[in-house]
Amino acid sequence: MIKHIVKRILIAIPVLICVILVIFVMLRILPGNPAETMAGEHVSQAVIDKISREMGLDEPLYIQFFKYLANAVRGDFGTSYRLNRNVTGIILEAFPNTVKLSICAAVIAWVIGITAGLVAAINQNRILDRLFMGVSLAGVSMPVFMIALVLQYLFAFQFKIFPVSGYDSLACMVLPAISLGWNSAGSIARMTRSNLVEVMQGDYIRTARAKGLRESGVIIGHALKNAMLPVVTMMALQISSMLSGAVLTESVFGIPGIGRLAVNAIETRDMPLLQGTVIFTTILVIIGNLVADILYSVLDPRIREVA
Amino acid sequence: MEEEMKNEEELALQIRNLKSCFFTSKGVVPAVDDVSIDVPPGKIIGLVGESGCGKSMTAMSVMGLLRHPGKVVGGSILLNGRDITHLSAKERSKVRGNEISMIFQEPMTSLNPVYPVGRQVQEAILLHQKVSKEEAKKQVIEIFRQVGIPEPEKRYRSYPHQLSGGLRQRVMIGMAMVCRPKVMIADEPTTALDVTIEAQILRLMKKLRDDFGTSIILITHNMGVVAEVCDYVYVMYAGKVMEEAETFALFENTSHPYTRGLLRSIPRLDQREERLYTIKGVVPNLLHLPQGCSFCTRCPYAKEECFLKRPELYEAGREHKVRCFLFRERSAEGESGNSAESAAAGSVLSENERSLEGGMA
Amino acid sequence: MDKRKNRLRESTDAGAGAEMRQADRVYGAQAGGADGLQAGYADALEAEAIGEAETWKEQLKKLARQNKLAVFSAVLIGVILLIAVFAPVTAPYDPYAQDLVNRLAAPSAQHWLGTDDLGRDMASRIIYGARISMAIGLLPTMISMVIGTILGLIAGYYGGKVDFVIMRLADVMLAFPSLLLAMVIMYTMGGGLVNIFIALSLVNWAGTARIVRSQTLSLKEAEYVEAARSIGVKGRTILLRHILPNCLPSLIVLFTLNIPSAILSEASLSFLGVGAQPPSASWGLAVVRGKKYLFTEPWLSIAPCAAIMIVVLAFNFLGDGLRDVLDPYLKEQ
Repeated sequence: MIKHIVKRILIAIPVLICVILVIFVMLRILPGNPAETMAGEHVSQAVIDKISREMGLDEPLYIQFFKYLANAVRGDFGTSYRLNRNVTGIILEAFPNTVKLSICAAVIAWVIGITAGLVAAINQNRILDRLFMGVSLAGVSMPVFMIALVLQYLFAFQFKIFPVSGYDSLACMVLPAISLGWNSAGSIARMTRSNLVEVMQGDYIRTARAKGLRESGVIIGHALKNAMLPVVTMMALQISSMLSGAVLTESVFGIPGIGRLAVNAIETRDMPLLQGTVIFTTILVIIGNLVADILYSVLDPRIREVA
Repeated sequence: MEEEMKNEEELALQIRNLKSCFFTSKGVVPAVDDVSIDVPPGKIIGLVGESGCGKSMTAMSVMGLLRHPGKVVGGSILLNGRDITHLSAKERSKVRGNEISMIFQEPMTSLNPVYPVGRQVQEAILLHQKVSKEEAKKQVIEIFRQVGIPEPEKRYRSYPHQLSGGLRQRVMIGMAMVCRPKVMIADEPTTALDVTIEAQILRLMKKLRDDFGTSIILITHNMGVVAEVCDYVYVMYAGKVMEEAETFALFENTSHPYTRGLLRSIPRLDQREERLYTIKGVVPNLLHLPQGCSFCTRCPYAKEECFLKRPELYEAGREHKVRCFLFRERSAEGESGNSAESAAAGSVLSENERSLEGGMA
Repeated sequence: MDKRKNRLRESTDAGAGAEMRQADRVYGAQAGGADGLQAGYADALEAEAIGEAETWKEQLKKLARQNKLAVFSAVLIGVILLIAVFAPVTAPYDPYAQDLVNRLAAPSAQHWLGTDDLGRDMASRIIYGARISMAIGLLPTMISMVIGTILGLIAGYYGGKVDFVIMRLADVMLAFPSLLLAMVIMYTMGGGLVNIFIALSLVNWAGTARIVRSQTLSLKEAEYVEAARSIGVKGRTILLRHILPNCLPSLIVLFTLNIPSAILSEASLSFLGVGAQPPSASWGLAVVRGKKYLFTEPWLSIAPCAAIMIVVLAFNFLGDGLRDVLDPYLKEQ
C-alpha cells in the first residue's frame, strides 16, 4: 500500500517539473517577446531592455528555468511585475476564496449529481430517467458564465434573494457555487447513471438477486460501491475543470480568487504573476489526481492487494 | 389419478406449462414455451440443449429473476407443492436463495469483486435466518468446509480475485447451499472450468445432493456431464422440451431426431469418422419460428405434416416422452407400450439416417 | 502468484489507470447504450433471435430510428451551418454597421434580438458569430484530433520509450486546467481568432492520444493484425489499414463530443477578453459586452448565451446518440 503511494508520488514529480517547464517555455518562446508583451505597446527599446534585465529574461533559457525551479521548490514563485510583491504571497491571499468557492461547488455537484444519477439509473428508460438525463446534458452544455449570468439576473436582480457579488458571507457563495457546480453535477449524474446501469448488468448482481436480496438491497449493497469507484476518480478530475470554471465564475461575481488573479495578470501583462498562478493551479490538479489514485486503490481490493 | 396427485405433492419442484416471453422492439420472442418439468426430491435433473434454446431462461423464470423486457406470461411453478408463480416481489425474494437457489456459469464474475467472499455468503444467511453475525460466520465456515474449500477460516476473508475459478465456484455452491434449499439450479456450472476441476465440482454436487437431499437442476450442453450425473433429462430446443426421459433410457433409446443429432455430434473414441456429425442449419430465429415443428427446417425426417402442425409430447416408452410425429402413432396405439414396435421405429430411424448419409456422400 | 501479481500491477500501472480515467472522462456522460437495457441473458438471447453484428449503415439507421433527438440535433446543426456559411445572405443587417441613434433597442420586428450598445443588429451579429463558433468547433478540433490520433497510434503500436515519452507528455498536458493553458498561450501570442485556433489545436490533443493508444494496444493483439504481421506487412501499413479504421467509430464520436468543448473554450476565452477581439462578432465577446446591461437589457447577454447553449447541446445530443450506436470500444467495456 505504502509502496504504491510512494510510487504514485514519484510518478507525479516529473510530471510536475514538466508542467513548470511547459508553462515556462511557452511564456518565453511562443511568438511575442515576454518583455515586450509586459511593457505594452508604444514603448521604446530601452524600456524593454530594462525589463528584460530586471526580470533576468536576457539570460539563457535553461539558466532562467533552473533558477525558477530552485526557487519554486522553496515556495518562491518570483515577484509580481505590477504589484511588486511576492507572487506566492498574492496567491496565498487569493487561494482561500477559490477553495471556499470550489468546496461549496463540489458539495453541490456531488450531492445533486449522485442523487440524480441514482434516481435515473433506478428508473432506467422511464420518464424520470429521460428528464434527469436531459437536464444534466443541458447542464453540461451551458457555459459557466451563462449559468452565472442567469442566476445573477434571476436571484440577485429579479428576486433579490442573494447578493449580486461579494465573497465574505455564505449567502454570497450560493450563486457562484451553483454556477460552478452546475456543469460538474451534470457530468457526475451522467457518469453515476451509466456506471450503475453497467454494473447492474454484472454477473455478481445476478448472484446478489439469486441469494434473495431485494432490488434496493442489490443496488445499495452491491452495485453502488462498484459503480462509485470510477466516479471517485472522476471527482478528482473535476478539480481541473472546476478550477477552469472558477476563472469564469470569479470573474462574473467579482470574487478575488486565483482565477481572478490569472485574468488580472493577463490584463495587466504581469507575466510572473500569470506564471505563478497557472503553475500553482496545475500543482493543485496534480495533487488532486494523486489523491484520487490513492483513494481508488484504497477502495478497490483488486488494486489494494497489488499495492 | 389419486396416485398422480400424491406424486405431485411429493415433487420438490414442479414446473407446469411455463411460458416466458421477451417483449423486444422487433416483436414478442417466446423464449420458454409450454415447458413442464418435474423435479423429484433428491434427484439431479439435466436440462440440455444448444445455447439460446431457452434452458437458462427457464431457470431464470423459475427463480423469478427474469428482467425487463422478459416476463413470465403463463404456467405455474410449484415449489414443494406451493405455487410461487404469483408471489409478490418481496415474498419471492424470501424464497430465492432460501428454498431455491442458483449458481451460474461464470464463477470469475459472479462474485462481487469489492467484498470478501465470506461476507457474501454470510449475507445469504442473514437474509433468510434470524441468527447473529457470529453464528452466520460459523455457518459460512462450516459450509466452506463442506464444499471442500481448504482453510475455510482464511478463505472467509479472501476477495474473489484471490481465488481460483474452481474455488470461486465452490464458494458459489456454498452460497447456494448454505440455507439448505429444496432445489438448486446450476446453470452450466462447469463450462468455464478445466476438465479436472469440472469432475471435482460434479462430484461435489452429487455429494451435496446425497448429504442434504437437495434436488439439482443441472443446465448444460454437455451430454457427457448429463450421462455422468443426471437421473432424468429434458432436451430443449427453441424454447420447447423436445424429449424427456430417464437418463439411461435417453442414451439407450434416443428418440427425437434432434437428440440423436446432439448425441452424434459428440466425438467418440470408439468410432473413426472422417468428419464429426453436425446438425444441418442453425437454431431458428425465435421471432420467426416455423409454423409447424420448430425443428422441421433441420430435421432429416421432416414430412409435410411437420411443417404445418406442431407436435405434442408423445409417450415413447416408460418415463419417456418425445415431441415428434414419428412417435404419435405408437403412443396412440397402445398404452401397453409395445416394445417390439418401438424398437422397430428406432430401426427405421437409423436406416433412414444411413440412407440419408449415403445420399449426401 | 507472483506472476499474477505482476500482471495485475502492469494493468493497474500509471498508464493504464490514467487511461481508464481518461476514458471515464470522455465517456463520462455516457447515457447507457440504447441497447444496454437488457440484462445479460436477454441480450444474448436477443442477439441470437434478431441477428448478427450490424454494419455501420444499419447502426446509423438504428440511430435514426431510436434516437429522434440525435437526428433532430444533426438537422439543427446542418441548418446552423448553412445559415453560418451564407451569413452575408441570411443576416438581415451588416453586423458591424453602427447605428448610434438606435442603441440598445429592445427586440422588435425590425431587430429581432434588438441592438447592442453601438446600435448593431444583434440577430445579424449572432448569425455571424455562428460562423466563428462553427469554425472554432470544427477546425481546431480536427487538427488536435489528427495530432492526438497520430501520437496515439505511434505510442500504442511501437510501445517502449516512444510510448513512454508521448504518454508522459499527454499526462502533462492533461494536468493543466485547459482554460488556463489556453489563456497562457493567448497571453503570449495575443488575442485574435487565428491564435485561438492555434491555442485550441495545441491544448486538446492529449485526450485523443490516450484513447487511440489504448485502442491500438488492444487491436494490436487482434488475430487479423497478428496475421498481417506474420505475412510481413509493414508497421505503417498495419497502422493505417488495420488499426486506424477500427478506431474510426470512436474517433467520430470523440470528434462530435470535442466540438462543443472547443466552442465553449472559445466563448470562455473571448468572455475573459483574451480571445476574439472587438469588433468580432464572437458570441463570448457579445456576452461580456452585454453583461454590463444585464439588469436593464438582459437580452444582450442572454441571446448569445442561448446561441452557445443550443449549438453545444445539439452537438452533445448528436455525439451521445452516435456513441450509443457506433462505439464498439465502449460496448466492449
